[in-house]
Amino acid sequence: MGDLLLIAIGSALVSNVVLSQFLGLCPFLGVSKKVETAAGMGAAVIFVITLASAVTGVIYKFILVRFDITYLQTIVFILVIAALVQFVEMFLKKFMVGLYEALGVYLPLITTNCAVLGVAINNVKYGYDILTGIVNGFATALGFAIAIIILAGIREKMEYNDIPEVFKGMPIVLITAGLMAIAFCGFSGLL
Amino acid sequence: MNKAGERLINGLIKENPTFVLMLGMCPTLAVTTSAMNGLGMGLTTTVVLALSNVMISLLRNIIPDKVRIPAFIVVIASFVTMVELLLEGFIPSLYDALGIYIPLIVVNCIILGRAEAFASKNNIILSLFDGLGMGLGFSFALTCIGAIRELLGMGEIFGIRLMPESYVPFSIFVLAPGAFFVVAALTAIQNYAKIRGEKKGKDVSKIQSGGCGGCDGCSSSGCEPKFYDANAGKEEK
Repeated sequence: MGDLLLIAIGSALVSNVVLSQFLGLCPFLGVSKKVETAAGMGAAVIFVITLASAVTGVIYKFILVRFDITYLQTIVFILVIAALVQFVEMFLKKFMVGLYEALGVYLPLITTNCAVLGVAINNVKYGYDILTGIVNGFATALGFAIAIIILAGIREKMEYNDIPEVFKGMPIVLITAGLMAIAFCGFSGLL
Repeated sequence: MNKAGERLINGLIKENPTFVLMLGMCPTLAVTTSAMNGLGMGLTTTVVLALSNVMISLLRNIIPDKVRIPAFIVVIASFVTMVELLLEGFIPSLYDALGIYIPLIVVNCIILGRAEAFASKNNIILSLFDGLGMGLGFSFALTCIGAIRELLGMGEIFGIRLMPESYVPFSIFVLAPGAFFVVAALTAIQNYAKIRGEKKGKDVSKIQSGGCGGCDGCSSSGCEPKFYDANAGKEEK
């Protein structure tokens, strides 16, 4: 249990998925204008990454390792993830309309979110078993949600600030992200 | 042959994937801790991009429109796996430095974007040169960013010391936050170019105003595809 907690804190805060590994930057920069949408995106990412970690973990252990074809990992993972996201979208649309309305718009955006594939590959690289992989996936996604919600909060405040013409838009957001990355560096003392 | 040259120049300068289109920002930020890593990542991507463009161009009349995205992904992922194994075997130092970002070339917007926007519609020679041009443009950009970060953060470029001995490096530039600051400066320069271009009445619509432009840039260049696209081919008619 203690190990799982350490892994969770490590992936959520210390090596934060966006701010220190640079995975999932597109939605991080693109969908962080408002706290509400950022929270929606964060929830969708938590949902998809946790599910994807479980599915890729099972496939890796029971198919790729058993038949000794682990070199096909990248091809299998990306196809499974792309199909999974599409499937989740269809499933939610049909059976869980409330959740679909909340997360639906963000799901297609996640297909090419490199964080999903990144977590799956990291789980294999560090030799996590299925349960540890799921915990790691959940914690990584939680780290993403924390980062995107904080950034959205700062961006909402920044609307009223007087920003030099050339720094309007993306540059100031990137600088904000850089300052957040410095703050998150502080967490490395935790472990 | 003239057209092929044009594709090269197009990728290198006019539609430079990093400086103009702002595609593939994840590897751009992550691996540019030194000029060497940037160059290595750029060239690896170039190889994958050129090969997958050729292969997709060869198969463009065979792949059914509805399942083209999964088909492209399989082609790209196969080449990425091959390149990964080759790097692991022959250049282990680069393999270790790039780490997880090699398999992640699969989800680089540039590659799927070029497959969708160019290779699936043009012949093999042109697609090859388009891939080479885009890839070299990407390599050039990554090397530049890597060089800036290495120079400020360590005082050297490609491991050769350029700054005087008394220079105290800002080591933050080789850490994660530095990546954000350098790219922020880059997008600010881009904004400046855009504002100036608009004043002179030039066409600047191609310049993305940074960081995926709220993912508009991505979706228009095939970064946000559906796995199974039932509407494929209908829109254009």
